[in-house]
Amino acid sequence: MSTWFSGWRLVVGFLVTVIGVPIVGLVLTWVDRFVSARVQWRKGPPFYQPFADILKLLLKQTIVPRGAARTTFLFAPVVGIAGMTLVAMLIIYSNFNTVVNQQSSFIGDIIVLLYCFALVPISFIIGASASGNPVAAVGASREMTLYLGYELPFVLAILIPVVKVAQQWGVASALRIGGLVAYQQQFGPLLYSISGVIAAVIVLFTIQAKLGYVPFDIPEAEQEIMSGVIVEYSGAPLALFRIARAMAFVLLPLFLITLLWGGLRDWWALLKFLLIVVLIVLMKNTNPRLTIHQALRFFWFILAPIGIIGLVLAFIGL
Amino acid sequence: MKDLRLWGLKKSPWVYHVAAASCNNCDIEILELLTPRYDVERFGVVLVGSPRHADALLVTGVINRKSLPRVLEVYEQTPKPCLVIAIGTCACNNHIFRNSYNAVGPYDKHIPVHAYIPGCPPKPEAMILGIVKALSKL
Repeated sequence: MSTWFSGWRLVVGFLVTVIGVPIVGLVLTWVDRFVSARVQWRKGPPFYQPFADILKLLLKQTIVPRGAARTTFLFAPVVGIAGMTLVAMLIIYSNFNTVVNQQSSFIGDIIVLLYCFALVPISFIIGASASGNPVAAVGASREMTLYLGYELPFVLAILIPVVKVAQQWGVASALRIGGLVAYQQQFGPLLYSISGVIAAVIVLFTIQAKLGYVPFDIPEAEQEIMSGVIVEYSGAPLALFRIARAMAFVLLPLFLITLLWGGLRDWWALLKFLLIVVLIVLMKNTNPRLTIHQALRFFWFILAPIGIIGLVLAFIGL
Repeated sequence: MKDLRLWGLKKSPWVYHVAAASCNNCDIEILELLTPRYDVERFGVVLVGSPRHADALLVTGVINRKSLPRVLEVYEQTPKPCLVIAIGTCACNNHIFRNSYNAVGPYDKHIPVHAYIPGCPPKPEAMILGIVKALSKL
């Protein structure tokens, strides 16, 4: 491969991750609202609705409350967007660049990915704490508890495919997303086994919690704590938070497909992606909100033991 | 730039419900307005939980000495531009409480009101018409 070609790929990849992912995310937000509307037997908003929302928020007045830490308050959404952009880079590059260059993803990038996903809840916690609002403080503490809750089963679920690949190819390629994708291209998706199904179910529930969708929308419960963590945000920072959420809505299903369902390198991935998105929206529409201790108990005492069982099964080779 | 701003505001007016000492009748009609039956999300109308996110305040009830400072505070907390829509005859002109010692006048004495929707309570259809008129006046 010539350097010109790889440079061109770099530019295209950059544009896709920085501009494409937020746009696809906003369209998906419309899909979410449209499917919800159809579930409730109504017409739903037009397709440009999320873009109108974002445009309106970007051009609106931004109020910084008097008791807030100004710089931190305004900087928090940028942390979330930065984390999501890094995730987009890692996922898209390790899916589409490994064939060109085996070394394009590095060992341990799956651990980096974990931390980058964590930047979104962290940005919400920082922003809520900086806003100096008691309701936002309640939201921040709930967000923190929820994060501690879902991160344990999420790590266990990620370990399952890592263990399966490590048994064949060694730890060095198992800790690379590119390695996981290459393994699945050779031996078929990791989902088609007992431990793979367990991992997928756990990741699905964690996606719901990471996106803050209904069974787990505890940190921003609109009816009880008035949008919780983002209660003081208005105008452009609120728009950035919504864009970060929209990017997470694209990247988490993509991550599930990359991790367990054969990678993004064929057209079937598009269908799988839409299937996962619709599944998430249906889960959102058919569940009531849990309280925070119910959610924590669900993640720690139901999903985490299941994840450990899945891990043991993966070690046995099932 | 101004056109873009106006377009965004017209296509996604998020509403915040300010119930300032009403008899709860208008509030129940507002809740009915937001149900799937009337589907105001077609027009981009979403009920938000915080006045910081709002573009339109739906104010109900006859305003009195106790609720006036709270209403003014909510109005100041809302980022501008923001619409104020007075819902119900009480909010428009004090209705039967006109001579009450505690009523400090309809809303337009204190904050700019963009649409008046009379009725006791007004129907959800009337509210949709009022919001559309307020938006087309912008």
